[in-house]
Parts: sequence; structure tokens; C-alpha cells
Amino acid sequence: MTTAQVNSYRTGPDEKGLFGIYGGRFVAETLMPLILELEQAYKDAKADPSFQAELDSFLEHYVGRPSPLYYAERLTEHLGGAKIYFKRDELNHTGAHKINNVMGQILLARRMGKKRIIAETGAGQHGVATATACARFGLECIVYMGSVDIERQKPNVFRMKLLGAEVVPALSGSRTLKDALNEALRDWVANVEDTFYCIGTVAGPHPYPEMVRDFQSVIGIETKRQMLAREGRLPDTLVAAIGGGSNAMGLFHPFLDDKDVEIIGVEAAGLGLRTRKHAASITGGRPGILHGNRTYLLMDDDGQITEGHSISAGLDYPGIGPEHSWLHDMKRVQYVAATDKEALAAFQLCCRLEGIIPALEPSHALAHVMKIAPTKPKDHLMVMNMCGRGDKDIFTVADILGVKL
Amino acid sequence: MTGRIERRFAELKQKGRAALVTFVTAGDPDYETSLKIIKGLPKAGADIIEFGMPFTDPMADGPAIQAAGLRALHAGQTMKKNLKLVREFRAGDKETPVVLMGYYNPIYVYGVDRFLRDAKSAGVDGLIVVDLPPEEDDELCLPAITADINFIRLATPTTDDQRAPTVFRNTSGFVYYVSVLGITGTKAPDLKSVEKNVNRLRKHTNLPIAVGFGVKTAAQARAIARSADGVVVGSALVSAIKDSLTKAGKPSSKTVKAVHSLVSDIARGVRS
Ligand SMILES: Cc1ncc(COP(=O)(O)O)c(C=O)c1O
Repeated sequence: MTTAQVNSYRTGPDEKGLFGIYGGRFVAETLMPLILELEQAYKDAKADPSFQAELDSFLEHYVGRPSPLYYAERLTEHLGGAKIYFKRDELNHTGAHKINNVMGQILLARRMGKKRIIAETGAGQHGVATATACARFGLECIVYMGSVDIERQKPNVFRMKLLGAEVVPALSGSRTLKDALNEALRDWVANVEDTFYCIGTVAGPHPYPEMVRDFQSVIGIETKRQMLAREGRLPDTLVAAIGGGSNAMGLFHPFLDDKDVEIIGVEAAGLGLRTRKHAASITGGRPGILHGNRTYLLMDDDGQITEGHSISAGLDYPGIGPEHSWLHDMKRVQYVAATDKEALAAFQLCCRLEGIIPALEPSHALAHVMKIAPTKPKDHLMVMNMCGRGDKDIFTVADILGVKL
Repeated sequence: MTGRIERRFAELKQKGRAALVTFVTAGDPDYETSLKIIKGLPKAGADIIEFGMPFTDPMADGPAIQAAGLRALHAGQTMKKNLKLVREFRAGDKETPVVLMGYYNPIYVYGVDRFLRDAKSAGVDGLIVVDLPPEEDDELCLPAITADINFIRLATPTTDDQRAPTVFRNTSGFVYYVSVLGITGTKAPDLKSVEKNVNRLRKHTNLPIAVGFGVKTAAQARAIARSADGVVVGSALVSAIKDSLTKAGKPSSKTVKAVHSLVSDIARGVRS
């Protein structure tokens, strides 16, 4: 694995969809023509100013962008080190960053004349965002969700149904996010004519990792502008949680060539990296091929994919977007992990100190902020991506804290 | 050098009939039973044998083959044992072609070079790897050709005349035409469209074309054998294994027989 210097970290993927050795198009032949068609359609849309203008308009008036960059003063005081900012993507319509990507993909689906939208979801946030956009544009929406996740994310299941989506339980394998993705791919193979697959993270076959990254990059672009306006300079450290890696990539990508910006992705360490009950693909996995791309994966010695575990359904994925794998090998981004317990402590602290109930996913990022902020000087600018709100998680948290609702 | 697959199709062409290609998952329901099933397949009427290499996340397979893979994995099947199964079969049968079918990750993790070397020496003739389209030929297809193993490609209803040359480049052995849009074992093939598509694809390749996905009965097999050079039966056999298991999911005295008698039945369809 090469760690040679590159001129820019922002030029990938190449025409085969590769970031270094990661990414690619590892799909069944049935899907290949569709993926090539999507790649072309996305290229055309990207070059068409009216597409970006339409997307910008929906992001402003429907999603509620730009999201604030908020100085978390009491948390900063409490930790006694770095000056901590939250990028408040939890204030977006539907409560997470997922809608940034969904708006882009749904507008693209409309351009392509597709009438039937399928999606996979873990925590339900991507499913809710997709159901929302489909309702807004009158499109049929089918969301695959692992039956285990349906059980632990009931409010989001109901939300999707209210929005007119059909929620189909994935009953195969470990019955979580990876299986929902398998089911969505199986649906796509069977319905190639009219169906658009709206993937929820920077994974899947090329061009998805690139496309989802581009749609999420609005997070980092805004952060850069806002930080320059507030502090007159770039941040020193960026921290974001990683499931598939879309909120993290969205924040990171615009900063990759700003060499002095330290960038940290936080994976879910579950019950601990040594227990195997975790979802830390980079920290605890190795390269393999799943869901259309080569990337770091959790698997056994025989190449069988193992189940991820995390308190957070949104991080519970045994893979990670291929661009992250490359950034890891290139040592441009540092990947660390936070346990269920640490995330839960961060969740509670944030509620009390900032009056913000974070989702369990960014609570992992916050847990890492709690570890490193005290070691930094007071003029050290740290941005954490508050990529989702915790309304969906209160039942899980109550359960763990032994509170009956 | 002509391989077993080429020889077998040539031989059957002389006899004027299509090949019956049978698919079972290696190690389903367990290694010993699987070996017995496989050893008896040629006698039951199989002309070419496909072993599925079990994988936790088979994105192109329906519930029957998904479940078969999990049964095999729970019974301790591994890549080493997949190859051992081929070796043990090959010890008693030098002529029946063996094709390994599966997904790339277990091969990648085993190591491509090591896999090709071990597969060749075990007696494997061809590979079908579902998630390696022509765009990824550098990964395994080209090394397989160098190792003298056929790389068999799937062609599908979405393989139009523009795409076909890409799909058939670097393909050898035979072409596997996936007769339905969808995953294994769910929809039944529309026989008219199968015939039309097989004839269309013949304009692009001289290789034999075998048709599969959704073939369950002797009557379907007979109808497909009229236009195709081979008929693939998979989910139906795998379901026969499942239906023969005890309540605890263990093989019963009927398991091996159930598969062989279904193969005999379908073989009569192909041969009539
Ligand atoms: C709030 C929130 N954050 C993070 C994630 C993880 O996804 P990603 O790593 O793609 O941002 C999810 C997924 O459901 C989520 O809902």
C-alpha cells in the first residue's frame, strides 16, 4: 500500500471508479448497463448549471441550508481545551445530513425519468429522507430495512410509512444494514427498467461513492466559509462519525488539500475492538469486496462478512466508503474508534451542557472530541459534525439507562 | 489445448442434445452429504457440475440459494473445503467438467494466485464469479485464463447488442445466459424471450450458450434445450435438499436420493 505523496487528495476517483486500489464496480452483469447509464447521467447533470441551481434552491428552501456553525461554549469550557464548534446538520429537514444526498439523487432520478425509488436504511434516517423526497415529488418509494433495525428504530419506521413509503424487512443474513443493502441490490436487478437505487452513503459501486460525496460536500464547503467568517482562518481539527462515511466525507473532502487541517474519522468500537462486537472496518478490518466496491471490511479469515455491532444502528455496517480506505492508507485522515459506552456518555453530556440531543452516531464523534479537546490549546479550532438529532434514539437510550417510557 | 468443458459440449453436440448443468452449494447441508450428492450427479444425468462457493452476502441469489450457503457455512464449509470437494470428486471422475460459482471476496481473501493454483490442481475447469463484470477483468478473469481455467460470463436480458461484445471478450468455456431479470430461483423464465435472446446472442459468440435462473421442471428444461446448448438447474435442487432435511436441519436418509431423482427427472426432459 502506497503512502507516496500526491499533489491533491481531491482528484479521485479515476475513470474506473478507483481511489488507489479501492472502489470499482463489482456488480452483477445485469446491473452493469444501469451503472454506466447512471454514471453518464450524473456527469451530464454535474455539467448542467440548471441542475445545481435546482438542487441549491431545494437545499435552501426545503432542507433549510446553510446549517449553522455553532460555537459550543459550555462544552468548550467543560473540556477546558480546544474551541469546539458543531456543524449543525441535525437541524436539516428530517433531522440528519442524509437529506443532502437524497435531494441530489432524487433530482437526478427525475432527470433520468425514473419513477420508482428504492433505498436501504440502517437507523432509518436515510429511509426517512428518501421517503420525504419521494413524497415531495410524487415518486413510489420502497425502503429495505433489516428486521433487527425495524425493531430498534420504530419511530423512523412509522415516519416512513406516514410519508407513503413501503418499508420492506430484510430477513436474510444478520438482518441489519448490510442485508438491507443486499435486498435493495436484489430488487434493482429485478426491476432495472424503471427503478433508481438511492444509496445512503459513500459506498456501493462507482459512481455512488463519488456522487454521494459530492452531494454531501455542501457540509464542508459551508463549514469552510463559515469558519473563515467567524474566526478568519481554517479550523485546526475536523471530527466526524463514520458508518458508511458520508457525513464524514461531506465535511472532510473540501479540506483534504488544506495540509494543516487535522482530520479524524470516528468508527464505532461497540463493546470494544477486542470483543469482535464492533463496527470499526478500518481499525478492526481489512480490504475485501462487498456491495460493489473494494474497501476495508469486517470479515473472518475465510472472507465471510461478519456482523457489525454498535449501539447506533447507523454505524452498524461492516464496510466503509472506499475513499476513506484510500485516505487511511495515504495517512491523510486518521481513523479512530469510540465505544458504545463512550458514545452514551457523550450523548448525555451534550444534552445537559448544550441543550442539544445528538443522535447516537455523532455521539461517537463527540466522544472522541471529549478525549482530545482537553489536550489542545484554547485557540485550537475544532469542528465536530453534528450530523443528526437524537429523537430517534431516545428509546434505545432509555432502555440502556433502565428507564421505562 | 481443449479443456473438459469444450470436449463435453462437442461430444453432446454430436449426440444432438443439450447439456444438463446442475448447481448445488458446496458443503450443503454438510461436507459428507454434499460429497455423496456430487459424486452421484453424473450418473443421475448431469453433464456439467457447478459448485456454489458459499458466501454470507450473495447479492444475486434468491432465498433458496442464500439459505443453502448459510447451511453450508454453519456446517463449517470453507474455501479449502470447497477445493477439497472438487479434488475428491475428481479422483473418481476424470471427465465431467466442474465449474466453481460464487462471489469474489472469498477468492480475494484466499489470494487470487493461490486460488487459481489450488483450483487447477484440484480439477476445476471453469469459474463463474457473479460480481466480476468485464470492467474488472484484471482482477481474476485474465489471471484465470493464464492459469488455463475458463472464465465463464453471465449474459443477461440487459446485455444488448451494444454491450454483448464487451461481455464476450475474454470469455471461454460457455456463456451462461441468465434467463430472467432478477435473482436466482424466483421468477420463471419466459420461454419465447429466452429463445429470442439466445438466438440474438449467437450473433456475438460461437461459444455454447447455457440458460439458467428459474428452471425448475423437466418440461421447462425440455423447452429451453430446444434453443440453448445447455440448461442450468440450481435453486430447484437446493430446495430439494432443504425439503429433505430433518426438523433439526440435519440430512436425512432421503437427502441424497431427493437430489439425484430430481436430476434424473430433469435429465429426461433435456434428453427427450
Ligand atoms: C445521524 C447519522 N449519522 C451518521 C450515520 C452514518 O452514516 P454515514 O457514515 O454515511 O454518515 C447515519 C446513518 O444512518 C445517521 O443517521
